[in-house]
Amino acid sequence: MTAPLYRIPGATSAAQDVPVANEGAAADAAAPARTVADVLASSQVESVLDELDRELVGLTPVKQRIRDIAALLVIDKLRLNLGLAAQSPSLHMSFTGNPGTGKTTVAMRMAQILHRLGYVRKGHLVAVTRDDLVGQYIGHTAPKTREVLKKAMGGVLFIDEAYYLYRPENERDYGQEAIEILLQVMENQRDDLVVILAGYADRMDTFFRSNPGMSSRIAHHLDFPDYTEDELLAIAERMLAQQNYRFGAGAREAFAQYLARRVTQPHFANARSVRNALDRARLRQASRLFAERDRALDLDDLCTIAEADIRASRVFAAPAAPTTADAGSGDRSRPIAGRPL
Amino acid sequence: MMSNPIGRLTQGQFSFLPDLTDAEISMQVEYGLNKGYAWSVEYTDDPHPRNTYWEMYGHPMFDLKDAAGVMMELAGCRKAFPNHYIRMLAFDSSAGVESIAMSFIVNRPKEEPGFALGRTETVGRTQRYAVRAYATDRPENERY
Repeated sequence: MTAPLYRIPGATSAAQDVPVANEGAAADAAAPARTVADVLASSQVESVLDELDRELVGLTPVKQRIRDIAALLVIDKLRLNLGLAAQSPSLHMSFTGNPGTGKTTVAMRMAQILHRLGYVRKGHLVAVTRDDLVGQYIGHTAPKTREVLKKAMGGVLFIDEAYYLYRPENERDYGQEAIEILLQVMENQRDDLVVILAGYADRMDTFFRSNPGMSSRIAHHLDFPDYTEDELLAIAERMLAQQNYRFGAGAREAFAQYLARRVTQPHFANARSVRNALDRARLRQASRLFAERDRALDLDDLCTIAEADIRASRVFAAPAAPTTADAGSGDRSRPIAGRPL
Repeated sequence: MMSNPIGRLTQGQFSFLPDLTDAEISMQVEYGLNKGYAWSVEYTDDPHPRNTYWEMYGHPMFDLKDAAGVMMELAGCRKAFPNHYIRMLAFDSSAGVESIAMSFIVNRPKEEPGFALGRTETVGRTQRYAVRAYATDRPENERY
């Protein structure tokens, strides 16, 4: 059947339905834009970039790359208006960086960003790890991987700790099968989904070295730098503000000193350590208020993290330079039962 | 010829229309997904109208957001069974419905010989009628 003899309501014509038009592209139809400003006016690109700058601390290389991708979108639209064919770029990414540098957070936002830029149709994020992709027996892996891929279509597939997919020590590991299916879909259906791999830098390097096909199909290798102490402090204030807390008098300085000591200790996990430190400070604040049974607590009391809440941390108890015996247990991501706070 | 005037099986939605293009199938799937239906792909080589349960190609696809995933499954089924009947089913899982909400054929054999009407005489000159697909005269893997 070539041309249908009927109309489906909502369809313009069968031939034009194939590339599902995004909202921005349709708006250009009336008067073709000739300048970047015209395109920006009719799309959400600028608001996306502003929001990104406002809400994420640091991460300059990541923001720069997102700005580049957005710029390409705008230029592609101008090219399209002049009749130049534009192929959608490959947007598969890999996020590498130390623990707590914001890989997962950025991936969550990336789905939304790419959707608003018009690169993905639905803008949902499917976050998976090895367990969701790799089966337990022969013939189990392919359907499992395919099911995950189908769910991610139209959005972003985020594979956390992606290096676990490949286990070189076991040559019959089913992870390889999952990687092959991933590669095939990443290549053939790049209009339909964006794959983001994330993991710690050194292990991801090993992973890419043993899977050169994967490495070459990923256009954007983004390295997440460690945060500076100033950035960590800014992150801490944002985290508190989100939970309707704030630093009391002197608490901000105390926290800055806390960070200066903490970053030199082992097992420091950037923003994650900040979050844990703040969670512990909240616990201390709670028990401080809890002790004063008869006092009427006002809004200020309930919202304020006092200097004492932060100074009580074990990081201050230890000497400034970490000793070998104590350093490891200074602060961990995972709380240990029975450990004094 | 009387039993099969257009030489085509007519079951489910859109079956009197020309075959849907992939873009049109995709739009229907999208419509179903927006309604919250779970799509599944089924195939058969026995088009008898009472053959309600066709073979499932993969599992029903719950939690999908975009038609591309369903179309990927359909492409796989077409590759595996290019000369079978393939249909798309949309299952509405909402409480109180829990049933098929949409169903349409998306792939047909090249030749569709149609059905024969069989007559059996029983007690007292009573006639019993039965429809039988010509294709099912042949063994299972040689039908189309």
